[in-house]
Amino acid sequence: MSGLLDRRLLFFTGKGGVGKSTVTAATALLAAEQGKRVLLVEVDAKNNLTAMFEHAPVGFEPRLVYPGIHAMQMDTEASLREYLKVQARVPVFGRIGPMARAFDFVATAAPGVKEILTVGKICWELRESLEHRADWDLIVVDAAATGHVISQLDAPGAIQELVQVGPIRNQTGWMVELLSDPALTALNVVTSPEEMPVNETIELVARAREELTVPLGVVIVNRVLPELFTHADEVVFDALRAPGPSEVLLERAGPGATAVLDAARLAVSMRRSRSGHLAELREQVDLPLLLLPFLFVRDHGLRVTRMVAEALGQELA
Amino acid sequence: MSVSAPEPSLAALLAAREVVVFCGSGGVGKTSVAAAAALTAAVRLGGKVLVLTIDPAKRLADALGLEAFGNVARRVPLDAYAQFGVEPRGELWAAMLDTKRSWDELVLRHAPDDATAYRILDNRMYHNVTSRFVQSHDYIAMERLYEIHASGEYDLIVIDTPPTRNAIDFLEAPARMAEFFGGRLLRWLTMPYRLGGGRGGRMINVASRPFYQMADRVLGSQFLQDIAEFFLNFQSMYGGFVERAQAVEQLLHDRRTTFAVVTTLEGAPLREAETFCRELSARGFDLGALVLNKTLPEYLLSADAEHAADVLTRERDALAHELIADGGAELADPVATARVLRTLADSFRNYEVVARREAELRTELSRMAPPGPEVVVSVPTFDADIADVRGLARIGEVLFAHGADGTIAR
Repeated sequence: MSGLLDRRLLFFTGKGGVGKSTVTAATALLAAEQGKRVLLVEVDAKNNLTAMFEHAPVGFEPRLVYPGIHAMQMDTEASLREYLKVQARVPVFGRIGPMARAFDFVATAAPGVKEILTVGKICWELRESLEHRADWDLIVVDAAATGHVISQLDAPGAIQELVQVGPIRNQTGWMVELLSDPALTALNVVTSPEEMPVNETIELVARAREELTVPLGVVIVNRVLPELFTHADEVVFDALRAPGPSEVLLERAGPGATAVLDAARLAVSMRRSRSGHLAELREQVDLPLLLLPFLFVRDHGLRVTRMVAEALGQELA
Repeated sequence: MSVSAPEPSLAALLAAREVVVFCGSGGVGKTSVAAAAALTAAVRLGGKVLVLTIDPAKRLADALGLEAFGNVARRVPLDAYAQFGVEPRGELWAAMLDTKRSWDELVLRHAPDDATAYRILDNRMYHNVTSRFVQSHDYIAMERLYEIHASGEYDLIVIDTPPTRNAIDFLEAPARMAEFFGGRLLRWLTMPYRLGGGRGGRMINVASRPFYQMADRVLGSQFLQDIAEFFLNFQSMYGGFVERAQAVEQLLHDRRTTFAVVTTLEGAPLREAETFCRELSARGFDLGALVLNKTLPEYLLSADAEHAADVLTRERDALAHELIADGGAELADPVATARVLRTLADSFRNYEVVARREAELRTELSRMAPPGPEVVVSVPTFDADIADVRGLARIGEVLFAHGADGTIAR
């Protein structure tokens, strides 16, 4: 797993709310700090990834958002325009704007078209890098959430099945090849030690094995609560909550002592229910698990991205 | 507000409305909150209550007696309530939304004849369109809601909405659906295949040649024809579909329907919730409640507790020695006791930071431009997962606790 950053294309998926974008941004930051030139791709149109670097939103054209990191926002229409111009050499008449709605319509209905334009652009950047026409040492993708990532990454394969002839079919072979190469590509899952995220992760890993040729990388468990006490210390903690000792604490530390004890009780039981889910994950998923701590901080943005990157670096070391 | 008007509360809202739509971004616990609200409404307010859920966690589904898939509603046994000494006044029913089956039923209902219906159902593009077309999940959820409401079987329907990338999407789903089937775009797109050669060919040249040229270049003409064929069949359902979509839209705007937005006190979900509240109001929907879920306890912010944490840190050694006398064998080692006291204080301060972050966000929320939600309710974080009726009842009690968290008037 220490080789994770030695690959060239990393996809990150995960259930909503687990911190997928933060972990994706942190991975980019970690790689950049190791001297890699990184392309960070945001696939969902949320446009909040660059905020992790205290940078304004970006468009389809990669922009430097942090030393060593260029970021871009996926845009299927722009991707199509680029494809037509650069690869299919179809003369592009100014903007395809007026046709955007029509295109959007067909692309949404036709299986895999939007996905192929997304994955295709990413694969294109990878191929350009491998052939030294682009600078990226690593492409990091904030991919679709767990519910949609399979169809996204499976698009080239699906297109091959659906479209028997035609130019788009000819374009998919090399993509499948790049996406299936374990030396180049990995799909990683971000999760948190809670019931739904863990269940979705287990399901996703099973489905990805079954339906995708894209190699799986690691599972990153975000927001892991610290273990407060060793077993022996927990015995001490329980004894402190007994009537005699807790009276002493109340007398010496004031009425707030109860709140301090209650807060610890809450922390211990939250940790406990979460470690049950973590154990379940360990049992059901045989991928390397990287654990990132819950951050007890007030700030968001770059500061948090740095902290997560640092924790990730320690887990990868 | 007049003196006689009841103070707004979630209980009052659930008692007065027929449909409550719970929405919010993924991971905020929307499904549990919706189920808890329905359960408590059934128990406390009585009547026949349905919770229509989209994608419940396995254990919650088990708790509600929902097996795998199926559109069939099941009655939820409320025996668990006996242990609280409460006699449920009403019935709780639960159903899960089976998107695929609901779409199939819809097609069968609206297609002009069976042959067309099956041509649509068998089309390889059908699954793709219904599973991925803009807001198709959202639409089908609202459509099911309409159907159940129209059946008149329930006093109250509580619905949990699908996790959407953009929560506003599903509000627009009915209108979009109507637009889709009535759209010039669809006619335009399928035109060459309806008109055949001759005149049609000329029209393509004028209106849409560049588009077809491009599409042909990218997709291949066979593929393009498949798509058009599918749309042609689909379009035959136009009349029924549009009418239905309008009826669904009307139900959502009806005064018997209200919306409850669920969020946690974290930056991203809260921003989304705020946007959603604004959009609901702007579109003339009734914003009944805002539920702040999984909040940390307020005692984390008390000055007394902060003081106690300071004392425990500063005087841990002295305290540890003092406790030898009172604590028996477990507190015999003052070094261990001091270490635990230190950990207690540190952990308290950690959680205090998070609680402060939450409090700040809560303050920002109270500055939200009117009209805000009628009711704001906080649900504390529970130390264990909500996995049974008992757990739902705990959430429900908080939701119903009158003014427990300063429910605010509009």
